Amino acid sequence: MNRNLYDLIGLAAAVCFILALKGLSHPKTARRGNLIGAFGATVATLLVFFFTGNKDDKNYHALPLHHLPLIIGAVVLGLAVGVPAARKVQMTQMPQLVALFNGVGGGAAALVAIVEYLKLGNEATSAEVIATVFTVIVGSVSFSGSCITFAKLQELMTTRPVVFPGGRFLIAANLAGVFAAGAWVVNSGGNTSLAVLGGLSLLFGVLFVLPVGGADVPIVISLLNAFTGLTVAASGYVLQTTLLIVAGTLVGASGTILTRLMAEAMGRSLFKTLFGAFTAKPQAATGEAEARPVKSGSPEDVAILLNYARRVVIVPGFGLAVAQAQHTVRELADVLASKGIDVAYGIHAVAGRMPGHMNVLLAEANVPYEQLAEMDEVNPTFSQTDVALVIGANDVVNPAAKNSPGCPIYGMPILEVADAANVVFLKRSMRPGFAGIENELLYDPKTTLLFGDAKDTLTKVVSALKNL
Amino acid sequence: MMSNGMALLAIFTLAIFVGFEVVSKVSSTLHTPLMSGANAIHGVILVGAIIVADHSSNNLELWLALVAIVLATINMVGGFVVTDRMLEMFKAKKK
Repeated sequence: MNRNLYDLIGLAAAVCFILALKGLSHPKTARRGNLIGAFGATVATLLVFFFTGNKDDKNYHALPLHHLPLIIGAVVLGLAVGVPAARKVQMTQMPQLVALFNGVGGGAAALVAIVEYLKLGNEATSAEVIATVFTVIVGSVSFSGSCITFAKLQELMTTRPVVFPGGRFLIAANLAGVFAAGAWVVNSGGNTSLAVLGGLSLLFGVLFVLPVGGADVPIVISLLNAFTGLTVAASGYVLQTTLLIVAGTLVGASGTILTRLMAEAMGRSLFKTLFGAFTAKPQAATGEAEARPVKSGSPEDVAILLNYARRVVIVPGFGLAVAQAQHTVRELADVLASKGIDVAYGIHAVAGRMPGHMNVLLAEANVPYEQLAEMDEVNPTFSQTDVALVIGANDVVNPAAKNSPGCPIYGMPILEVADAANVVFLKRSMRPGFAGIENELLYDPKTTLLFGDAKDTLTKVVSALKNL
Repeated sequence: MMSNGMALLAIFTLAIFVGFEVVSKVSSTLHTPLMSGANAIHGVILVGAIIVADHSSNNLELWLALVAIVLATINMVGGFVVTDRMLEMFKAKKK
């Protein structure tokens, strides 16, 4: 009786996870889906505290649990760190947080496999050892790789691809070392071999992510997320826990699909992104940029331009969010609309720092849903647009993606703002975007540059516009 | 009757297909919350971490397991909370 009940509740939790992913795929059911997932995870966790599991299975444990006070203490500590981080994080910092949460999950899976391996010692079957090796490799790669993506996104380090002489050779040697250490663990067991495996895997995670450029980082996070899922599934195999297998596999499979969809939205080949490490060549810095003339204007000039427009498309980028100018942009859109000007927002799929990020950021500022147009909708309308107002965006409108093969964003679909009669860039400086590539459009005769903090400048444009 | 190992392999294989199927048509608008939500789900490794903490037979094993519990809790709870925060805002703009 006890046994069947335990399995049934575990199955119900697994079904919750399937429903959660299903729900998260549609805007209307997304929030409910997430709550169902949280419910399933809570049930699964409580189950361990009240049921022993099946006597014949590896997940069988004492009741009450050995070391119960320490276990509860560790859970409370995790809550004390995780909940405030999740509640206080700025929406602009979301990608970093997801990377970090994913990294700690991968680390946890690797530790679980290590502890189980230490405990089983020589009793482990070869299938269990192989599953352990897999979990340690992938969990460690996920952990250290996520730490590097965090550092890149938080701009603790350069966002450009880090390529150094001999890098390719080093990565290949490292990978070979990982496989050799894995074979060593499988053949002779022991703790030293496992420690070497863990160390080499952590190093590989670092070397694997370093050559990835800033714009491709979200794809890597998504892939590492799928990896972590698979490690959880492998831990589930070692612990003979169906729930972990189902949950881990679901995340692994859906994460793989999501990674592919993201790569498609960015027009990137998944293969090239991931194996950039093996193909990337050091790029010469472009030093000619500063000398070339650009046309810069005042907020009043831009207000006049906007006042006589019939159609304005606002292209928001990450710079807008950094300046916290979402509300000011909405105010500008409202003023323009009150003058009978047609206003739309052109949202690139990867505007911001990860796919769909800009939608989250504008939702925070209560921008009406109907005004947000996806790239495919808005691109054909630029030829009838009088002013394209690019606010803190750069890479997603950079014609280099179409015109210069070999540049890191080549092939990414862009918002064709160059088709509009006038282009206005609101920028803090001439610094290139996140991907670190010069934008030719800045030097185009129909482009006006408006330098300054996006929020201050927009406020000036709005007040000038009201006086016209 | 399948052996236990085969049964687990069967579950694994079927779960792959379910995983592919449920997210095959998701709009780019939802990529961020979906990634974050899926990320929270693998935090269920917490269950495994608690079980190995119970199994631990010396201090090294126990402390490694306790670290795993802390990390897994951060992953799971933090992931669900932050995903809910994002999705709450998505709902607001529908009005």
